[in-house]
Formats: sequence, structure tokens, C-alpha cells
Amino acid sequence: MAKSWKMPKWFYQLGSPRWFYDISSRLLPWFAVAAVLLLVLGAAWGLAFAPPDYQQGNSFRIIYIHVPAAVLAQSCYMLMAVAGAISLIWKMKVADMVAKSCAPIGATIAILALATGAIWGKPTWGAWWVWDARLTSMLILLFLYIGVYTLHSAIDNEVNAGQAGAVLSLVGLVNIPIIKYSVEWWNTLHQPATFTITEKPKMVPEMWVPLLVMVIGFYCFFAVALMLRTRTEILQREKRSSWVQQLVEGK
Amino acid sequence: MHFESFSDLIEMGGHGPYVWTCYAIAATILIYNIVSPLLSKKQFFDEQTRRLKREQRISNSKS
Repeated sequence: MAKSWKMPKWFYQLGSPRWFYDISSRLLPWFAVAAVLLLVLGAAWGLAFAPPDYQQGNSFRIIYIHVPAAVLAQSCYMLMAVAGAISLIWKMKVADMVAKSCAPIGATIAILALATGAIWGKPTWGAWWVWDARLTSMLILLFLYIGVYTLHSAIDNEVNAGQAGAVLSLVGLVNIPIIKYSVEWWNTLHQPATFTITEKPKMVPEMWVPLLVMVIGFYCFFAVALMLRTRTEILQREKRSSWVQQLVEGK
Repeated sequence: MHFESFSDLIEMGGHGPYVWTCYAIAATILIYNIVSPLLSKKQFFDEQTRRLKREQRISNSKS
């Protein structure tokens, strides 16, 4: 007889909306404080204290928004696809709500990466937009987010909407390596990656340390935004359950 | 501090408008992502409280 594979207990706990609601209310203040501190520190450092770039001058300070936004937009997409896969395979409610909540956050962050890129492109390349591989694949990422978001809001049945959104986000996952390697595979105006895991940054520490602070700050912000959205989604879907009714009565 | 004066910081050697626009867009988008779920949470509790009161009124008038 084949031994059935069991996932650890915490994995199933994650699937309980009430458990997620409780644990996230304890985690939220920590991430919120960390996000505010890191973002304020990183922005002040990047705007006023980091040295200007020897070629680009002060326009380079846009990097402290542009790179964290682009990194987060891609991570958020991967989380949305993984959460979608979990909800497809294990029918886990919370995973579906997380996937749904990722779409609007990711879309706005992708818009931020594209907009700051365009504004940075004008003084640096002399053009707001070029149809280059990195920019085009990033635009496709935005369209994928909009597609997933639209599927979730256009289909009334929550289960069908979740499945459709999950399938689209899994298919669109192919775009993530394309974005990453676009600067290596094609000739491009876009500069290569600022951070790589294997090599030391080519920038001086006075420039990359604030960038790292901003990247971590953006991730903390994302944790806060995602938990807030997922919690609201939980309340709406579980409004008939007794624990949500108790919350309402306690107000 | 890299800049000599406050107006230098705003000016950024001619790049000021580009840099400050980016930071303003970033602030708007980040704040939107925090405020919008908080507002819908408040709306949820307002609606549910109203529904609860209505149901109580109905059950009171019946008894």
C-alpha cells in the first residue's frame, strides 16, 4: 500500500482564514513600523546623502525608487502564481485570497517601476520610452496583472474566478525569466542588474547600501499592504461565519 | 549631506523635476495601497453593523 504524503500541520493552519486573520493582526504593527523607518531612512539617504553618479548626475537618485519597485513587482508576481498554484492543488481558501490580493498591489507597483523608468529615461537616454526587451517585458507584466485582476472581478463565482486567475498567472510566469535575462539576451539600452547574488556590487557602498535599505523597506511595505488586503477579503468572504459576526458585534 | 543648500537639494543640478516627480508618484502609490484596504475594511464593518441593528429592530418589533 502506498504511504500517503502528508503536509506539515502549519501548512493546513495557513489555510484557515481565521488563523490567518489572527496571526496577521499580530504581525502587522512590526512590518508597518519597519516599512516606515526603512523607507524614510532610505529615501532621505538616497536623495540627499548618496553621491551623484559621475555620468548621470543627480537623475541617478531615481534608482532608489525604480529598482525596488521593479524587484517587488516581479516578486509579487511569483507569489501570486505560487499562491494560485496552491489554491488549485489543495483548494486552500487563504491562498486564493492572497493571490487575488496580489494582483492590484502588483499592478500599481509595476506602474511605479514603468513610470519611474520613463522619467529616468528622458534625461538619460533622451526618450521617455523605447521598445526594448526589458521595457516591453515589464509592460507585459503589467498587462498580466491587469488580466488577473480583471478575471477576479469579472467572474462572480469565487471558485471559478480563483481558478481562472491562477491559471493565467501560472502561464504568465514564463515572463519572469524573460524580464530577468532580457538585458543579457538582447542588445538593450537598459543597464544590467544592479545587484547579483554571486558578485559584489559594482557601485560604491555609499550608493548601494541605501538601495538595499529601500529594497527591504519595499518588501516590508508589501507585507503590510498584502496582509491588509487579504484581511478585508477574508472578512467579506467569511461574513456569515460566527467569528466574523462576533467581531462585528464587538464593534 | 551632499548638497550645499536646501535650494540645491530641490534643484538637483537641473534634474530636480525628474527626481522629485518619481518620489511623489512613489509616495502616492504606496499610500494608496495602504489606505484603500483600510477604507474597504471600515466600509465592511459599517455595513455589517447597520445590518445587525436592522435585524435587531425587526426582531424587537415582532416580539
